[in-house]
Amino acid sequence: MEIKRPKIKSMKHEDFKDNEYIDQLVAELNAAGTNVVVGKLDQLLNWSRSNSLWPFCFGTSCCAIEFMCLGAARYDMARFGFEVARNSPRQADYIMCQGTITYRMAPALLRLYEQMAEPKYVIACGGCTISGGPFKNSYCVVKGVDEIIPVDVYMPGCPPRPEAMFYGLMQLQRKIKASKFLGGDNRKEDRKKFFEAKAAEEKDAAMRAEQMRLARESKAPVLE
Amino acid sequence: MADIQEKIGALCPEAQFDTSGELLLVIVPDEKWHALAKALKEELHYDYLTALVGMDWKDSLGCMYYLTNTDTQEMLHVKVSTTDRENPRLHTVSDVWAVANYQEREVYDFFGIVFINHPDMRRFFLRNDWVGYPLRKDYDDSPELNPLRLNPEENEDDTFSLIEEADGTLKRIDKKVFGPEEYVINVGPQHPSTHGVMRYRTSIDGELVKKVDVVSGYIHRGIEKLCEGMSYQSTLLYPERLDYMAAHMNRHAVCLCLEKALGIEVPHRAELIRMMMDELMRLSSHLLSYGCLTMDQGATTAFFYGFRERELIYEIFDKTCGARMSMSYSTIGGVVKDVHPDFIKDVRHLCAVMPDKLKEYHKLFTGNVIAVGRMKGVGILSKEDAINYAITGPSGRASGVHCDVRKCHPYSLYNEVEFDEVLLESGDSMDRYMVRMKEMEQSVKILEQCCDMLEKEGIEGEYCAKVPKMIKLPAGHWYQQVEASRGAFGVYIESDGDPKPFQKPYRMHFQSPCFNLVGVVDLTCKDNLFADLISITASIDYVIPDIDR
Amino acid sequence: MFDFSIVTGWIDNLLRNTLSCPGWLTSTIECILVAVGLLLAYTVIAMFYIMYERWVCAWIQCRRGPIRVGPAGLLQIFADVFKILTKEIVTLWHNDKFLFWLAPFFVVTASVLTFACLPWGKGMQVIDFNIGVFFIIAVSSLGVLGILLAGWSSNSKYTLLGAMRSGAQMVSYELSVGISILTVVCLAGTMSISGIVEAQNDGWFLFKGHLPAIIAFVIYIIAANAENNRGPFDLPEAEHELTAGYHSEYSGIHYGLFYLAEYLNLFIVSGIATLLFLGGWMPLHIPGWEGFNKVMDFIPSTFWFLGKAFFMTFVFMWIRWSFPRVRIDQMLALEWRILMPIGLVNLVVMALCVSFNWVF
Repeated sequence: MEIKRPKIKSMKHEDFKDNEYIDQLVAELNAAGTNVVVGKLDQLLNWSRSNSLWPFCFGTSCCAIEFMCLGAARYDMARFGFEVARNSPRQADYIMCQGTITYRMAPALLRLYEQMAEPKYVIACGGCTISGGPFKNSYCVVKGVDEIIPVDVYMPGCPPRPEAMFYGLMQLQRKIKASKFLGGDNRKEDRKKFFEAKAAEEKDAAMRAEQMRLARESKAPVLE
Repeated sequence: MADIQEKIGALCPEAQFDTSGELLLVIVPDEKWHALAKALKEELHYDYLTALVGMDWKDSLGCMYYLTNTDTQEMLHVKVSTTDRENPRLHTVSDVWAVANYQEREVYDFFGIVFINHPDMRRFFLRNDWVGYPLRKDYDDSPELNPLRLNPEENEDDTFSLIEEADGTLKRIDKKVFGPEEYVINVGPQHPSTHGVMRYRTSIDGELVKKVDVVSGYIHRGIEKLCEGMSYQSTLLYPERLDYMAAHMNRHAVCLCLEKALGIEVPHRAELIRMMMDELMRLSSHLLSYGCLTMDQGATTAFFYGFRERELIYEIFDKTCGARMSMSYSTIGGVVKDVHPDFIKDVRHLCAVMPDKLKEYHKLFTGNVIAVGRMKGVGILSKEDAINYAITGPSGRASGVHCDVRKCHPYSLYNEVEFDEVLLESGDSMDRYMVRMKEMEQSVKILEQCCDMLEKEGIEGEYCAKVPKMIKLPAGHWYQQVEASRGAFGVYIESDGDPKPFQKPYRMHFQSPCFNLVGVVDLTCKDNLFADLISITASIDYVIPDIDR
Repeated sequence: MFDFSIVTGWIDNLLRNTLSCPGWLTSTIECILVAVGLLLAYTVIAMFYIMYERWVCAWIQCRRGPIRVGPAGLLQIFADVFKILTKEIVTLWHNDKFLFWLAPFFVVTASVLTFACLPWGKGMQVIDFNIGVFFIIAVSSLGVLGILLAGWSSNSKYTLLGAMRSGAQMVSYELSVGISILTVVCLAGTMSISGIVEAQNDGWFLFKGHLPAIIAFVIYIIAANAENNRGPFDLPEAEHELTAGYHSEYSGIHYGLFYLAEYLNLFIVSGIATLLFLGGWMPLHIPGWEGFNKVMDFIPSTFWFLGKAFFMTFVFMWIRWSFPRVRIDQMLALEWRILMPIGLVNLVVMALCVSFNWVF
């Protein structure tokens, strides 16, 4: 059975920017092929998951205020079923990082992510979470949350307007709709790869730090 | 000024004076500093430690203390330094001004200066396994020394103090913050009611809070260090991201400080627009704090009502500045561009609807018997404590401290408009909440007068003075305060008068009001219920990025 | 008015006489039918209530609420249900796994048992025995056990605090609920549920018992709100203090069960209020208005019951979304110092009213 291109109510496919990645995702999934029953079930799951995204409130700075506006009367994300904001990571579906992540916060963020139940999604909201933003050169700011956890959707802006947040959430919906759960979870595999690469990188960095330390120690007597 | 100089000379003959700056500078050797500090507070009534700035002058390390006399509003500043870079030590003044407790921990964190007799010398912002002191000029920032660590911090409970014995020898005493018998519950860093990433480690007995240990730094971005690597114009980017609910005011403060240093005359119209933006921001901020306070106490609907009116203010910002938040509107010499043609109309509309809406808020929440029960007489902060902990802004005024910078040290055009400083007496949560509600009325009053003044000036006019492209400051230091949404926001700029074409600030320090606010959490929450911890911190109303910088 | 016992009688007759099943088989088949019907009604009502709350809350907060998924947002709840069914159940370390798994079922069982007692319409009742009201009080108290278990077995400080709060809260407010129910029992003279409904044939107890009944009604509303951990009394799950309270550590369908039970308890509480004070499934009759009463009789009894229950729920939601949360000491003081003494005095007054026949 063929997986269809994800559709969003009252917003055409052409109105979204960067449609290539979604088309590519769909093509990749179709290449493997699935049987009809599993495919139908997957469709139902994807529909329900994409329409019932419960956020985990993780606001560290300015973006959190705009997120509150998103929930308030003018923008009202409850219309899309996004409103059941959970304060316990166990019950939430996606974590929306709003604001700078610092070195001190990073372990807590990783832990919260690990505490979330599958399926879980990550949105990097605002310049600081995407790349460190205006604080990129700082001594204790993480240069993008994707150094710690795998990110599904990036929302640029400082902070992004609520409209932009809606756009980002719709992108997440599309991404969820173009995924497979039964018969080989494609997201799980991607994530496994992410954390494997991360572990390798860390090992590498530790080795380099060790070398640097040794070099310094061997240099020190020469200077004296 | 000469009078005070004489008095201080009598108290401490070793003190040297420098009157060349905007304020009197007293230079004191460290051994005499503690005695002089006591005398300054008790005899000369300098009871309000406005700012404490850690400094690295390359040959020496030290601190600048800005002091204010709360009766006469006179200010002076004191410089204390040490030339020992290996083991820098100064005497603490945290027993004289309680606010110095956290401030000195910050200086220890940034410069490695250990304060003798300080009760709790821990790092304040950075992890306890951090290597080096980032704001020192010789700091090694290679990522190998301080990589991104993903393991939780160890030995969080460990702390020490350096005690001076009677014979002058120093003794290090290692301590624990919490004893093994205490039941410590962790609030934050990710908690719905800490309004950001603040962490309290609270020791509780049943539902009773026994002690609150503030662990900050979860959003410490090193802004002061970043400023040292940029031109003066670029640094304007950061103050807005400190307290994002006082974006205009904070930026206003930096602009005023730089204009003072450069001697630039700002056009009347620009100052007027800045002032209006400040007041709009204050309205927006107080509405948010109303919303958060009500939501933290479970009245979710009131939160939505507050946000409904905030959208009107956002719209005004959006039209004139082109952004809803992080507006980047003030600039050195004025504002970036003239206001939108609809500006006056929109502001007038806002002023017209606000009184009715305020009535609605009161109806929904203020008179509610549960709300009164939750806030009245809870978390009382006395006037003495408020001054001792340098609490300013609405929280300070709720305790009856006359601390509105708009009245004490008028800046901008606040002399030309009529408004009252809201002062209440009891200093409980209810008063802190009521001060904000009443200040909104005053802001509306100021805005109405400003609208008249701006209408007189016409639709267009000069909105920015001529400013050189490359800003170069002479050697010296300046301090400027404004009244931000949550209290007195101060900016300290020091320039070394570097003749190079691209001059960078030698040191920039932001004295944020929220930093002091968080200092009273332990004091006000002690022996209250756990649920009160939430309502008290909500009524104190701080913004975490402002604390952490 | 249509009597549902005709249908049940017909089924019973069909099984016993026409198909000539033995007695034990008949009972088994009937039990299965009733269980399936109940559970179906349980889920449907819970799902409806979740949407109902979201719409009412949106309306109070000048928002729109869910309107995008499916026509007018009607499919929103199905999306939520499917999602929560397929969400991972996180297994914790260092906790009491057996109790952890048991807790949500305890909560749900308690609410299903209470749910089974409600009189749905004329002759539409699962069990009707002479101490029905007593049974309701007994089984609804089981829920607190589930909550305490959940808080304890999660091995987290927040959940423990939440559980302790709810233990203190539910045990104390049970008293007020009990006393106000007792007041009505005193007026009705029977503990049987059908008896109480029948006694309101000529006027709802709220009107019949005048002042003491109204006081009992108000006490019941306040105490039931607290029993339910809702409204100003949502301390056990006080989002802004304890993240999610006693169910902080539950995910997936376990959390879903708590969520379901919470809304169903809301229905049960409204249902009991309807039963005790608003005449159960009895239509609204105004003495003297014969034509009006005839028209009212045409509306099926089930509609009357559900309509009254939904109205009561609306009142509960209204309270919830307008009031701030009380503090634990204030909440206990309200119960022990105010509600219970008033309730006790009220019970005496009601007894006097009934014995001197001062009721309508």
